[in-house]
Amino acid sequence: MSLGRYRSVALVVAWRNLHNFFGNPALLIPSIMFPLFFFVAFAGGLSRVEDLPNFDFGSGYTAFQFSFVLMQASAFGGVFTGFGIARDFESGFGRRMMLAAPRRSALLTGYALSALVRALFIQLLLFGIALGAGMNVDGGAPQLIGMSALGLLVNVTALMWAAGIALRFRSIQAGPLMQIPVFLALFLAPVYVPLDLLEGWVHAVATFNPFTLIVESLRGLVSDEPFHTGAAFLAALALGAVFLAWALRGLRAAEAAGG
Amino acid sequence: MPAAIEVRDLVKVFKKGPRAVDGIDLRVEEGEIYGFLGPNGAGKSTTVHVLTTLIPPTEGKALVAGYDVATQGAEVREHIGAALQEAALDPFLTAREHMRLQTALQGLPRDERRRRGDELIERVGLSEAADRKVGGYSGGMKRRLDLALALVHGPRILFLDEPTTGLDPQSRSAMWDEVERLASGEGVTVFLTTQYLEEADRLADRVGIIDGGRIVAEGTPAALKAEIGQPSVEAVAADPSDRGRLAGVLARFGHDGDCPQSTPEAVAVRLAGGEGNLADVVRALDSEGVAVEHLQLHAPSLDDVFLAKTGHSLEGEGEEGDQAAAHAPQPA
Amino acid sequence: MSGSLALQVGALARRSVFRTLRQPAQVVPSLIFPMILVAINSAGLGKVTEIPGFPTDSFLTFALAIPFIQAGIFSVSNGGSDLARDIETGFLDRLALTPMSGVSLVTGQLAGVLVLGVAQGAIYLVVGLAAGAHFEAGLAGVPVLLALALCISFAFGCIGIFAALRLGTGEAVQGLFPVLFVFLFLSSMNLPRNLIEQDWFQTVATYNPVSYLIEGVRSLFIQGFDGEALALGFGFSIAIGLAFLAAASASLRTRLTRT
Repeated sequence: MSLGRYRSVALVVAWRNLHNFFGNPALLIPSIMFPLFFFVAFAGGLSRVEDLPNFDFGSGYTAFQFSFVLMQASAFGGVFTGFGIARDFESGFGRRMMLAAPRRSALLTGYALSALVRALFIQLLLFGIALGAGMNVDGGAPQLIGMSALGLLVNVTALMWAAGIALRFRSIQAGPLMQIPVFLALFLAPVYVPLDLLEGWVHAVATFNPFTLIVESLRGLVSDEPFHTGAAFLAALALGAVFLAWALRGLRAAEAAGG
Repeated sequence: MPAAIEVRDLVKVFKKGPRAVDGIDLRVEEGEIYGFLGPNGAGKSTTVHVLTTLIPPTEGKALVAGYDVATQGAEVREHIGAALQEAALDPFLTAREHMRLQTALQGLPRDERRRRGDELIERVGLSEAADRKVGGYSGGMKRRLDLALALVHGPRILFLDEPTTGLDPQSRSAMWDEVERLASGEGVTVFLTTQYLEEADRLADRVGIIDGGRIVAEGTPAALKAEIGQPSVEAVAADPSDRGRLAGVLARFGHDGDCPQSTPEAVAVRLAGGEGNLADVVRALDSEGVAVEHLQLHAPSLDDVFLAKTGHSLEGEGEEGDQAAAHAPQPA
Repeated sequence: MSGSLALQVGALARRSVFRTLRQPAQVVPSLIFPMILVAINSAGLGKVTEIPGFPTDSFLTFALAIPFIQAGIFSVSNGGSDLARDIETGFLDRLALTPMSGVSLVTGQLAGVLVLGVAQGAIYLVVGLAAGAHFEAGLAGVPVLLALALCISFAFGCIGIFAALRLGTGEAVQGLFPVLFVFLFLSSMNLPRNLIEQDWFQTVATYNPVSYLIEGVRSLFIQGFDGEALALGFGFSIAIGLAFLAAASASLRTRLTRT
């Protein structure tokens, strides 16, 4: 299959998903509302937390929570694209696409492209609303671009996890299986307070959780106090690579089952 | 003798919707199987919903078991049973638990409930599966349970809304046997809606054909078909040069003044004496020495009746409807 | 209650309980998920008890009220979906052809939700105590807690029944799930109302009836028998339940149009 053909398959799959996403309020509105809602609830309801002794974050609690919400929105955006893959295969549309595409990995690339565009759209909205609400941003343009890039890597990673599940089960009933591990992985990171203010078993788990590195790095970028940014990108890339392999194996499973 | 079901000028109009039933009159005698035949969207199910008191009529009057469906709904429901278009069952309950629920809701005495439930389960052949959850039942099993639940309180009038749609031939045949037994053995009046010609032909004492919310024809299947015409016989001569002689023989059995219809290959004629003439035709061809390669009897069907009355065929629409029903997603 | 009404309610209640218990996919998440969240949040927000004025030194004790509300939200989704499925499959029509009254239908449907609600309350209490939470109300407070759990289940159960009758499909009822989570998050879920820093958030939490449900349960854990908190908790839950029960009855008249 020529590169041109691969690219056109990927682009048309991406176009179709984005067309459905932006054209369907039932998909679009929750994707916007949920991250906003969490941002408001956490930053608004828990702002007193920054008064805790040793809570040391110069840019304020809003920026602190924004970083988590950005990561969460990116991750769940990937999972929701995975839901779409499951629905496509359950309805038989996935089979139609597999019959048409000579190299099936182009389909996965198309889903990934659409997930990235969706994530970028949500990120821009979130940034706009957070800045409008008075969030302090001590980092400059490179830091903000870095935040976006890290978020997009999280998005693709989560998509590949969800895609692997979706392609193996080919049913939207597998939705909780896609969603719950991501939810747990995110919430076993420092959500409300920095890592050193976590206690007990959660502190131990969070210490080894790669999402801890990612969220703390995001916080470092927004506050212009870099925190292992390179390591965070490496961790995100490594996770992405692992789950890409997982998704590709899922694609083989779907092929073997006839879609 | 009062009718089991009597309908006059029945109209049902849905809000912002179609005139689903557009003025129908019908009368079903006690113990009769009345087949209500029509394509999808004709108004069959709407009529059943009105007669079973699930929705009120817009205009007109309907009496079921002597009670007005619009004003005496509770009395009507005491005397009827219904198995509607969907086999409305709870996938998490077993057949026995369904029976327990239904008998309790129908107000059967406590000591009667189990006995009646077990009796009906056995009657529809579900004894072995009675303690399994209905979610695992086949389509035929669900329909049988649906029918059994409709009979819990011993109704005198039974409404069956497309009871065999989506069933395999064996299950369909079993359902037909049960319906016939209810009517002939127990004197239950059966109001049956269907889009299957064969079902109406086989089961119904009388058939009402509905299209676009109106009854376009009503009568026994035989009488309706006879209205359209006698059966015809079509033959192909083994030797093409014998076509003329073949036409001559067939003409003797046709209606006066009827010429045999010829195509390049076959000759056909409407039989004046009906299907009984076929043996005579064969004997005549044999005695004249006309060898035939192909001989076929074409009898008018209810589809021909439908076509004559409405200008379009029921059979194609029925098949499409059946396919749609077969491929429709199952309820959760 | 007349004999036949009692019989109908009993038959429908039995079915409701069986149906609930036979759906592990409904029961298990509503038991496990809230416990996991409270464990994570307790560890994540443990330091919050150091904020001056925080009513307890155990965030677990403080947060254990939250699962009671989350369980209620699950019951909207689960109980409502069950009734919606009855509507979609035509089972409601089957029931309508019997002498069953509308009152029996609604009351019977609630049974499964209420049984699960009380069981959940008992489980949350036992697990919470085992994990180190403190229950100030003691043994005498246990029946009060279970009664409050029953009332909270009643409130949310009625919401679910109304939603099912009004909306008619399981998908639409499930769509309420995130809406209810909004009510949960914009409450005194994570901080006492007097410690919420953002004025607008504190106002929203004050007007949010869910805050009083949480505070009623919480008072048994922290203060013991706080008459005002309990009165508000019981009062709001019963009022919400009765309001939605009335709305459900009105919707039932439309849904069950039998003559």
